[in-house]
Amino acid sequence: MTATVHSPDTPGAGPERPPKVRTKAAVSRSIFDPTIVKSASVDSLRKLNPVTMAKNPVMFIVEVGAVLTTLLFLRDLGDSSGQENAFSGLVAAFLWFTVLFANFAEAMAEGRGKAQAATLRKTRADTIARVRLADGSIVDRPSAELLVGDLCVVVAGEVIPGDGDIVEGIATVDESAITGESAPVIRESGGDRSAVTGGTRVLSDQIVVQITAKPGETFLDRMIALVEGANRQKTPNEIALSILLAGLTIIFTLAVVTLQPFAIYSGAPQTIIVLVALLVCLIPTTIGGLLSAIGIAGMDRLVQRNVLAMSGRAVEAAGDVTTLLLDKTGTITYGSRQASEFIPVHDVSAVEAAEAALASSLADETPEGRSIVDLAVNEFKLAVIDDPGAVLVPFTAQTRMSGMDFTSGRSVRKGAADSVRRFVEAEGGQVPLEILPIVDMVSNDGATPLAVIDRRPGGVWRVLGVIRLKDTVKPGMRARFDEMRAMGIRTVMITGDNPLTAAAIAREAGVDDVLAEATPEDKMALIKREQAGGNLVAMTGDGTNDAPALAQADVGVAMNTGTQAAKEAGNMVDLDSNPTKLIEIVEVGKQLLMTRGSLTTFSIANDVAKYFAIIPAMFSGVLPALDKLNVMSLGSPRSAILSAVIFNALIIVALVPLALKGVKFRAEAASAVLRRNLLVYGLGGVIAPFIGIKIIDLIVTALGVK
Amino acid sequence: MSWQNILQIAALIGLLALCVPRLGRYMGYVYGSRADGTAPGDRFFNPIERVIYRIFGVDSKREQRWNVYAASMMAFTLVSLLSLYVLLRTQGSLFFNPTDRASMSPTGAFNAAVSFTTNTNWQWFSGEVAISHLTQMLGFAVHNFISAAVGLAIVVALIRGITRSRSRNLGNFWVDLTRGIIRILLPLALAGAVVLISQGVVQNFNGHTVATAVDTTNTDAEGNAIAEQLIPGGPVASQEAIKELGTNGGGYYNANSAHPFESSNGFTNFMEIFMLLLIPLALVFTFGALVQDKRQSRLLVAVMAGILVVFSGMAALSEQNGNSALASLQVDQSISTDQSGGNMEGKEVRFGAISCGVFAGATTGTSTGAVNCMHDSFTSLGGLAPMLHMMLGEISPGGVGVGLSGVLIMALLSVFIAGLMVGRTPEYLGKKIQAAEMKLVTLYILAMPFALLTFAAAAVVLRSAATYQAGPHGLSEVLYNYASTANNNGSAFAYQGTGTQWYTVTQGLSMLMGRFFTIIPALAIGGSLAAKPKVPATSGTMPTHNPLFGFLLAGVILIVAGLTFFPALALGPILEHLSL
Repeated sequence: MTATVHSPDTPGAGPERPPKVRTKAAVSRSIFDPTIVKSASVDSLRKLNPVTMAKNPVMFIVEVGAVLTTLLFLRDLGDSSGQENAFSGLVAAFLWFTVLFANFAEAMAEGRGKAQAATLRKTRADTIARVRLADGSIVDRPSAELLVGDLCVVVAGEVIPGDGDIVEGIATVDESAITGESAPVIRESGGDRSAVTGGTRVLSDQIVVQITAKPGETFLDRMIALVEGANRQKTPNEIALSILLAGLTIIFTLAVVTLQPFAIYSGAPQTIIVLVALLVCLIPTTIGGLLSAIGIAGMDRLVQRNVLAMSGRAVEAAGDVTTLLLDKTGTITYGSRQASEFIPVHDVSAVEAAEAALASSLADETPEGRSIVDLAVNEFKLAVIDDPGAVLVPFTAQTRMSGMDFTSGRSVRKGAADSVRRFVEAEGGQVPLEILPIVDMVSNDGATPLAVIDRRPGGVWRVLGVIRLKDTVKPGMRARFDEMRAMGIRTVMITGDNPLTAAAIAREAGVDDVLAEATPEDKMALIKREQAGGNLVAMTGDGTNDAPALAQADVGVAMNTGTQAAKEAGNMVDLDSNPTKLIEIVEVGKQLLMTRGSLTTFSIANDVAKYFAIIPAMFSGVLPALDKLNVMSLGSPRSAILSAVIFNALIIVALVPLALKGVKFRAEAASAVLRRNLLVYGLGGVIAPFIGIKIIDLIVTALGVK
Repeated sequence: MSWQNILQIAALIGLLALCVPRLGRYMGYVYGSRADGTAPGDRFFNPIERVIYRIFGVDSKREQRWNVYAASMMAFTLVSLLSLYVLLRTQGSLFFNPTDRASMSPTGAFNAAVSFTTNTNWQWFSGEVAISHLTQMLGFAVHNFISAAVGLAIVVALIRGITRSRSRNLGNFWVDLTRGIIRILLPLALAGAVVLISQGVVQNFNGHTVATAVDTTNTDAEGNAIAEQLIPGGPVASQEAIKELGTNGGGYYNANSAHPFESSNGFTNFMEIFMLLLIPLALVFTFGALVQDKRQSRLLVAVMAGILVVFSGMAALSEQNGNSALASLQVDQSISTDQSGGNMEGKEVRFGAISCGVFAGATTGTSTGAVNCMHDSFTSLGGLAPMLHMMLGEISPGGVGVGLSGVLIMALLSVFIAGLMVGRTPEYLGKKIQAAEMKLVTLYILAMPFALLTFAAAAVVLRSAATYQAGPHGLSEVLYNYASTANNNGSAFAYQGTGTQWYTVTQGLSMLMGRFFTIIPALAIGGSLAAKPKVPATSGTMPTHNPLFGFLLAGVILIVAGLTFFPALALGPILEHLSL
């Protein structure tokens, strides 16, 4: 028999971020996908309907202004000079463009969701379910007529007719329609992997599914509605911002409406068109036009990460989270014990111990055994053991050891510390006292000690050292937790381990706190305690016993592999069932708020330049002294006002990509983020329009507007 | 600037730095910054307060929700408003009227009653000509105390909203009112009055003192030689102290603090500037004590003081530079041993241009409205400074109580805009700022521009405005006077005749809106915040005590006011300046 060494397959060498699995549809779609742009263009015209527009007071005012200026333009068409007509016509046209561009931004954001929904809808095609009645007979029934509680028999190759729990059998299921993940998953009755989703396909075996959702209210239906944004409601923060924007709109309306009496007093009355132009430039159209697009795009960014948020409120709450509850197993650690160190006794070298550990583990096909081999090969650069005559001694339940007998007569064994001790003593050897503190130390660290022993030909068994087996923290976790801490988020590790083990893993992973020997009740109590202290809590869960905690948490992310109860209780579902994604969800939530804040600041800051363009233009004809305020030395009053209006319209389009992608996110302390965004969007917002309006004025003047 | 000017300003800053934090801490004790609720002087004040509570049937242990607190405040205001109205309407037939003053007209009395109840102290009349001694003492003096005490109660309730967690109550209005008067305003006013009397400020119950003129060349309207003058006396110093300390500003005499009976010399002038800044600044330290975070109060004081210095400096330097039109005629406007220099129209030679500019900055920053010179005579830029200073919403440092509550609300607005930029639902001192608060903040910031611009615009179109001056300065006068009433300041561009029915009514309404459309939302914000849990601060929380937030807050204050008023100002003082 030839002993061979497995190729090292320790997952993830070096720091890495958890993989971002995306649906195929989402990956291929760029921001300006031609088909989306096309349908968005049509939609932006459809959205001109005043009933729709009235939901957004800022843009509604612009639309009213556009109608008004258009009517005035048409009324005066015959009586005015060519220049005046060109001016009124262009102002009216660009006011319309302002509205259209804002509609376009919203339609673009919706378009991405719609495209996704269309893909999903294809999988929802009606199927015929085979329902097993109480007497055991089976009747065919269209999936649209299924009732909650119906038992459906589904065999390999069939599509599952509706959401439900498996009550009989086990099967592999292709869930790619929903998750985009092509590898089939196993679903079985009982336990936490019993939930199946309508529209997915059974690949093997036969199962009986008890329907848990009414037709039209299935997971797939909800998912379609969510990505489409069909019944999108404004989120709390969006409402607060809308109120502020409406308030600013009222203030500017007040400023513009009262300006006319002052202008009349000063002998320089203004035309309605000019006043409308001023008003539209002042009210926060940039953020007003992009606000809903930002919200929709935020949801969409989650969908691209294969997370479905049941409401925008949940996405916002994610940005506010101050405490993250993370399950140890699967989230922070791989959940399997792996060798991390060889600790030799004093008269043995580390290489010698490693070599024995390697040899004794070649027969051990468990992940633990393989990890010992990997460690020996990677850390100690040990080569394949070239001993064709060696005999591998596999692990058995009786010996609880594995090992190897070399042709030279030497034998090596490794196994749990206490089984090894009993074995050595039974064989007449002696376990050195020195090993006891090592075993204790390893146990106290929350790891598992394995002892390695060998016997020379004719000798007795002697102990070479201890292998430390421990649960491995996923690479890069510490860095992520450091980022979380920088953002002011406390991470709490939840584990069923004893406090000692838990504390050791927590230290290694760098979490802030740990809840050991956690029962579902403990978890619930922790959430309530955190919330009582004013914290917002996010957690993941999959089991039915997680459901109450998921419902209590401010952000509860259920794993798609989890039970129906868990999915119902949470306010997000992760289709990839990757609990580490909670961290990404927090980032998306923060980015959403940042984008809103930055564009609001930008929008308000823009007004300074617009005043310097429009006020001198309005009055310098009658009151030449005010031309000194024309700091941009714009060509003429008409070109100045027109340039401000055009800038105001174009900036919306220019910022659509930013609104859809979100502002750049970095994990930093709040003050650092504020400083950067204030500089870019506050100061930048003051300066940019001075440059933009000047450039547009040069073009407009060159085109002959005087 | 002369070295005397610099010395005076340095002394003012020094005295403020000495007194403000101490008074702030003391007021903190008065409003419960100690855990056991005790305050210095309890042994003296407690029995007095107990008697007052017993007389008025106040259960001092019983706390009120924000709406009950606001209703108590409004009921109290209404009663005091009506009492003053009745007093003004009947003073002619009442006792203690040695100077024989007549009762006021209905609209005039409405305006005056509103003015003193709202802590504005706008006076369309000349005090010494229109008001009896009884009205001065029982009406105006009492209102000077109670309107300031209401301001104290408002801000204390708002602060309780911030400090309390999951609570419904904001305290007891009657207790806060009583303690503010008994423990803060009365002792300070007493001390202030003594200082002023020691310097020769008038304090008596005299009617007219008849003086025989030495120079008889002056003639009256009918051409008769004026042989004797009637000099009105009265309890001036006691009124003067609370006029400044309570940021009221209503002068006993029409010339206000420019009158030698109200401010007898350079020292009283200095003391009056000090007194009008004292409580508004000290309240910020009270805030720091109550929220147990001195960094917050230091930041707010820095922002307020920064704005105050900028606008005072703008007024002072513009006035000292003088009139550029005169400069082109080679008129000497420099400081020399013979003259104070600068633009001296409407100024006391005793005080000079710099001191007037500093006083103007302080009086418009605190919503006091007392003046030691005529703002209408300022240069266009010098006049823009106090006007724009008021338009910021009286937050630098603002009137007693209402100034701090105004700056706290601007802080909420700044936190909201900036807080989003850091990726979290904005929060201020652990309180989340959400839709309910933003609704109230929006109402708050809408109230003053609405009360200012609509009436000013109506005044110029309806031509009811008695604008004696043509051109941009006339518009400046209208804007200034409505800015003054809408911000409860009370100072005036006084060339404009304001005793007409149009002005007394619209300015009365403007004062009411400027006062109650801001303090009721402020109380509601307090109520809404009190109910919320306190979110613990983490590194993800935007700090509100560092210079970055200071610049942000100042920027939001300036930009909101600038964007609202720039078009109107462009046609008023800015046009006036650019046309020179």
